[in-house]
Amino acid sequence: MPDWTSWLEYGFMKNALAAVIIITPLFGLMGTMIVNKKMAYFSDALGHSALTGIAAGVVFGVQNTSISMVVFAVIFALLLNKIAESSTAVDTIISVFSSCSVAVGLVILSKGGNFSRYSSILVGDVLSITKQEIGYLAVIFVVTVVFWFFGFNWLNSVCIHKALAGSKGIPVKLMDDIFAVLTALIVVLSIKWVGILIINALLILPAASARNISENMREYHFFSLLFALFSGVLGLVLSYYTSVATGPMIVILASVIYFATYFWGKHNQ
Amino acid sequence: MRKIINPCGFHCIKVNHLGVSFGDQVVLSDVNLHIHCGSLNAVIGKNGAGKSTLVRAMLNNIGHTGSIEFRDTKNGRMKKLKIGYVPQSVNIEKNTPVSVYDLLAGFESRYPVFLPKSRKVYERMKSSLRIFEAEDLIDKQVCNLSGGQLQRVLLSLAIMDEPNLLLLDEPVSGIDKNGMELFFQTMDYLKKHYDLAIILISHDLDYVAKYADHVVLLDQTVVKQGTVREVYGSPEFEEVFSAGNDERWIKEEKENA
Repeated sequence: MPDWTSWLEYGFMKNALAAVIIITPLFGLMGTMIVNKKMAYFSDALGHSALTGIAAGVVFGVQNTSISMVVFAVIFALLLNKIAESSTAVDTIISVFSSCSVAVGLVILSKGGNFSRYSSILVGDVLSITKQEIGYLAVIFVVTVVFWFFGFNWLNSVCIHKALAGSKGIPVKLMDDIFAVLTALIVVLSIKWVGILIINALLILPAASARNISENMREYHFFSLLFALFSGVLGLVLSYYTSVATGPMIVILASVIYFATYFWGKHNQ
Repeated sequence: MRKIINPCGFHCIKVNHLGVSFGDQVVLSDVNLHIHCGSLNAVIGKNGAGKSTLVRAMLNNIGHTGSIEFRDTKNGRMKKLKIGYVPQSVNIEKNTPVSVYDLLAGFESRYPVFLPKSRKVYERMKSSLRIFEAEDLIDKQVCNLSGGQLQRVLLSLAIMDEPNLLLLDEPVSGIDKNGMELFFQTMDYLKKHYDLAIILISHDLDYVAKYADHVVLLDQTVVKQGTVREVYGSPEFEEVFSAGNDERWIKEEKENA
């Protein structure tokens, strides 16, 4: 009989487990609002902006590329928000920004044929996370949870009707900006472990699955957190035993849950 | 919201020289209104006359020139105007996991709606819904409500923090004839029993004629205002609603349907 706890004997697996237990509920939480606000495209673009953030760090000689990524992503998010306010074709604008920043990032990083040094960021590697980096994630996790307790009602109201929220004295622009910045921070701080290619799937899938079967905000949050955590932990364990990349494994499980809830939701309508 | 026997009639809202422009395009200019509590004021006009813009300007949602005053005529003191706004619709599409409780509590309470329902908040929302006989809807999903039901929920939300002015932006779309009659009766009840004024943007000239105390005919500016008789019998009214008008066409369409 196989020993189902042997994977926890390794230090890197313990770290990875801690990271997954922090990241996945965080994504589940943020996802509820990203899906309701129809910002899937926005968060995807933020993920792509990480490449440019690293490139900017390389150009300016910043040692710690995490810092340049964070700065760039926050500027990128606020700029996108600003432009999206005064335009109707938001998806086009986001796409332009996203592809432009990816191209700039790739041009700079591939100069001299060195891109392979950075290719790990495309897929991500949660097994290489250190204790200190888990600490960063824990901080952003706490910040997000606190913000959720104080700001979620307002966020939800702004999402439902901006003018109505404004008439009730809710700071509409500020809430939109805080949410965009928070999304940017979470995306870039976890991109090394999750990877540019699949980070958006992790943000969207648990919430989208929960939406298929939920009727109110309590069910929505509960299922989103549950699905995120479940696919995260199970994905990590399965990837260990099957020797595949962790991130994609988690996304596959989350996708399976999505389709299951989709048909379950249809069935019960 | 506190119910009263009769509106005092001493509060008035004044809109002075209000103007809105988008770039070079003047949408509204020199709009002057004088509105008393306890009155139902209907704003009519053809499409593109600036009715919705007027609402957005009054909500301070878009930049505008001129001012909006709220005054107690008994002692002449200025007060802060509280507006209860009822939008045409909300941004909640099919399958959105937002219940009526979530909608109301999100706007009106600081207790997070993703936590188990608070008994206290729940009762407060329910008592507001009761005014519009909508308390049974509290656990329903907002996206499954009919037009009339959603409107009653939005009205409950609008009057929850005791506004001085109720602002309704063409709320009658998507409601059948019975619902319409009920809606105007509700407006009538509200203005008689609560201390507030109502500004209603309306397309339905027949109901306006039956229920409004004051009619404002809008076409970039106030073309004519006064009682129903004064406005409906005026040459300005004739001009706006006769040649090449779309409102009558819509009305006939509705009647034929």
